Amino acid sequence: MSNPPHLKYSKEHEWVSLGDGDTVTVGITKHAADALGDVVHVELPSVGDTVSAGETCGELESTKSVSDLYSPVSGEVVEVNAEVQENPGLVNEGPFTEGWLFRVRVSDDAGTAELLSAEEYTAFAEG
Amino acid sequence: METSPTTRETPLAAVHTELGATMTDFAGWRMPLRYTSEREEHQAVRTRAGLFDLSHMGEVTVLGPEAAPALDAALIGDISGLAVGRARYTMICAEDGGVLDDLIVYRTGGNEYLVVANAANTDVVVHALTERAAGYDAEVRDDRERYALIAVQGPAAAGIVAEVCDAELEALRYYAAVPATVLGRAVLLARTGYTGEDGFELFCAPGDAEALWRGLLERGAGAGLVPAGLSCRDTLRLEAGMPLYGHELNRSTTPFDAGLGRTVRFDKAGGGVDFVGRAALERIAAEGPGRALVGLRTSGRRVPRAGYAVLDPATGEPVGEVTSGAPSPTLGEPIAMAYVPPAMSHPDTVVAIDVRGRPEEARVVPLPFYQRRR
Repeated sequence: MSNPPHLKYSKEHEWVSLGDGDTVTVGITKHAADALGDVVHVELPSVGDTVSAGETCGELESTKSVSDLYSPVSGEVVEVNAEVQENPGLVNEGPFTEGWLFRVRVSDDAGTAELLSAEEYTAFAEG
Repeated sequence: METSPTTRETPLAAVHTELGATMTDFAGWRMPLRYTSEREEHQAVRTRAGLFDLSHMGEVTVLGPEAAPALDAALIGDISGLAVGRARYTMICAEDGGVLDDLIVYRTGGNEYLVVANAANTDVVVHALTERAAGYDAEVRDDRERYALIAVQGPAAAGIVAEVCDAELEALRYYAAVPATVLGRAVLLARTGYTGEDGFELFCAPGDAEALWRGLLERGAGAGLVPAGLSCRDTLRLEAGMPLYGHELNRSTTPFDAGLGRTVRFDKAGGGVDFVGRAALERIAAEGPGRALVGLRTSGRRVPRAGYAVLDPATGEPVGEVTSGAPSPTLGEPIAMAYVPPAMSHPDTVVAIDVRGRPEEARVVPLPFYQRRR
């Protein structure tokens, strides 16, 4: 499984796109999506919510189980993926692309220093 | 994923790896959870056919002149009343009426029965049957190593199996079994299953499992047969309202709690047999069980899962517990089975379920959630 090298990763299996100014996009990795199985429902934070790195901000419901969704960064939610709420299967089909979950305007202390590189995450997830 | 040294593999382990299955540890066995998408596998079984590896199930042969009376005394079902070639769903209970396991018993000969136990309970079943058969002229033989088990389930199953076997399937009724040759291999061909669909279970020699699996997949591909894992097996059986040991059934559940009182046969064909658990079960039959297993449907999207509390919607107090829950692929809504007080067990009763701290309204519905057209 290939984890895109331009993204950063958390140990809770989220990815973050850094480098687009102060707004970042968050999703879950293919490793996480595969482990969940068919995602049937996502509960995302609302626009305007404040999220904190490492804290739960939603749920991912699959046929088999339910998992907490953690925010990998701190800041204010500025957009959520309405399409993935309508069609949660997008998380399985394109976890790094159309299955993205929400966008955050990161705060100064966003917690991004804790995130892993693609290489580090791959080693962690497969370890 | 780490595997404990005691984890066993079925004769089809290499095939599952080749098919890219996601594997899981289940009851001490390494089993395929899914091959592709569990919802696609579920739909395949509902509309076409799925192929399952069930080699983890435990087979116990009981044979001898007094095999029938021994089983009548050991189990709650009427075993001596079972005709040769037929099968029965039954249970083995403790003295207090608690369920040790739920079983399918096939009468494979005049004096021979095949008892199929859940993987996790096979040791318990072998031990209890051996102990309970001690005073009878009957032998209890642990035959786990002698069998692999493959199931073909779904509306296309009969067509697929008919093309590769020598048995007359028209004559093979539901809950019947016949020795047959499938793809040149000797099997016990049983018209049983755990999916709510028509289908077959093939008990075969472990050495024949791979050839049968590959042959069935190849010959059934045109009819839409796909490999199916334990994950879809669970949603299929839940939609069909079938109990799962460790969820709906356990040591502190009686058959009456689970709505399966009809499986307790106080009037066995073998006569006034005293079977283990009889006194306790007679008392419960007279008094009525203290709780009832019901189906629940919610219209929300958050899914009730096993272990979640059922709440009285008026008071918010816990009154019961969800035993199994999943998003139903067929109905498109969450479904669950739960134990509730008998007074709250009537269809259309509204209850609440504590879904991780937030109550979700649920409605009691008759089981099963799904029934195939016959």
